[in-house]
Amino acid sequence: MEFLKDFSGIFLATCRDVIPIILLITGFQLFVLRQKIPHLRRLIIGGVYVVLGLALFLAGLEKALFPLGKIMAAQLSDPAFIYGTNEIITTVDWTAYGWVYLFAAMIGFATTIAEPSLIAVAYKANEVSAGTISTWGLRITVAFGVAFGISLGTFRIVSGTPLYLYILVGYIIVIIQTIFAPKSIVALAYDSGGVTTSTVTVPLVAALGLGLAATVPGRNPALDGFGLIAFASLFPIIAVMGYAQIMDWKTKRSKNNNGDI
Amino acid sequence: MIIKAILQKLKNSATDLLPIVLVIAFFQIVVIRQPLPQLGEVLFGTLLIVLGLSLFIEGLEMGLFPIGEAMAQALARKGSLFWLLLFAFSLGFSTTVAEPALIAVAAKAADIAGRGGLIDPSPESLKQYAFGLRMSVAFSVGLAILIGVMRILRGWPIHYLIIGGYVLVMLMTVIAPKEIIGIAYDAGGVTTSTITVPLVAALGVGLASTIRGRSPLTDGFGLIAFASLLPMIFVMGYGLLIFK
Repeated sequence: MEFLKDFSGIFLATCRDVIPIILLITGFQLFVLRQKIPHLRRLIIGGVYVVLGLALFLAGLEKALFPLGKIMAAQLSDPAFIYGTNEIITTVDWTAYGWVYLFAAMIGFATTIAEPSLIAVAYKANEVSAGTISTWGLRITVAFGVAFGISLGTFRIVSGTPLYLYILVGYIIVIIQTIFAPKSIVALAYDSGGVTTSTVTVPLVAALGLGLAATVPGRNPALDGFGLIAFASLFPIIAVMGYAQIMDWKTKRSKNNNGDI
Repeated sequence: MIIKAILQKLKNSATDLLPIVLVIAFFQIVVIRQPLPQLGEVLFGTLLIVLGLSLFIEGLEMGLFPIGEAMAQALARKGSLFWLLLFAFSLGFSTTVAEPALIAVAAKAADIAGRGGLIDPSPESLKQYAFGLRMSVAFSVGLAILIGVMRILRGWPIHYLIIGGYVLVMLMTVIAPKEIIGIAYDAGGVTTSTITVPLVAALGVGLASTIRGRSPLTDGFGLIAFASLLPMIFVMGYGLLIFK
């Protein structure tokens, strides 16, 4: 019973999310385009699947993953676990947080693989590129980017270094990569930064960031707890462009080699 | 036949979820060394996630992608720039303004600004601040989709726009109040919801494949990138305007 109540709440919230889209599309169809929508029945069934599927997905996340992930984030960032004593810690030793960095990387990777928006974009990219960009290839590359980004982000919280420095350096890397990367990948790479951070990743990563900022001595949750999501959106861009550059370079080299013979 | 297809879809979703299960199991067993709390609930939840993800992906290909592409093609065929841009702006604005993640972030930002003495800490002024922040983010997402659509129509190279945006973000980071920076950076990430992303991706790809001379891969993507970049600039701009 309790679950049904939770689920209907989530289901209604998901419905509320789609109402503006439905209004917008019907409004345009009726008043601007004034034409019949082809395969209307199929579209409606698809829309119902999306809403129902997303609601089930979110309900499952709240039931299983989020409580567990939050407990684990709290346990791993607990000073008693990290330093092995219950005494109050005044100085931060960033090397003691090894498990936190590893957890951040692994949970970042794992949640990105399950991120529905990324799956959607990867499907589209695969379709549009006629199969040259593989769905799994893109998803795994992006996931590596997120893993590195979140891990570095937790290191930033532990070490207390300013956020903007990291973002600045990241942007400079992106700009340099943009100049050299194959032009066809650039737009997709930029997009993959935006899609990594939604339904699955944000709640878990935010819990980790706020948990760390609250327990690491000398950190202020209000100032240091934010910013992990920015890392998770920046590094996939670097990863996707980097991967495309390596592939490009490899094809060129093998072509040159063949030419020599 | 149908059962086989459904099983295949469920299997795919289970594969998507496997890494999370492995990571949690590894840390519980090897590092934290404590029994998993509420194992039954967790298993039930995992089942729901697999089922939900399968349905979502099925619906994506049946509903969301075709709708986005059909709208893009119909609007491009109509040939009216005004309606196309209005559609783009409305899509971005309307899907963002009521986004729960954004409402939560805006409330939190107001709280921080109030405690930091940057704005008047009365509930009335906090509410007004959060509302203004939400509106500026929603407006910026609408504008971002609009600019992205213009780019596809005109064939502007994406990197100039994005790099220009980055430079602006960096400049604003230097002058914006430090309390707003973390929130501004995160605001870029929370604006694009799971239903909006596929729709916007289909819109871009649909447009780029309808208009002659555009490549769906090079020109069709990029809308989401604008939608994550512009909110950062607007949130910092809002911080600069409000905090005196």
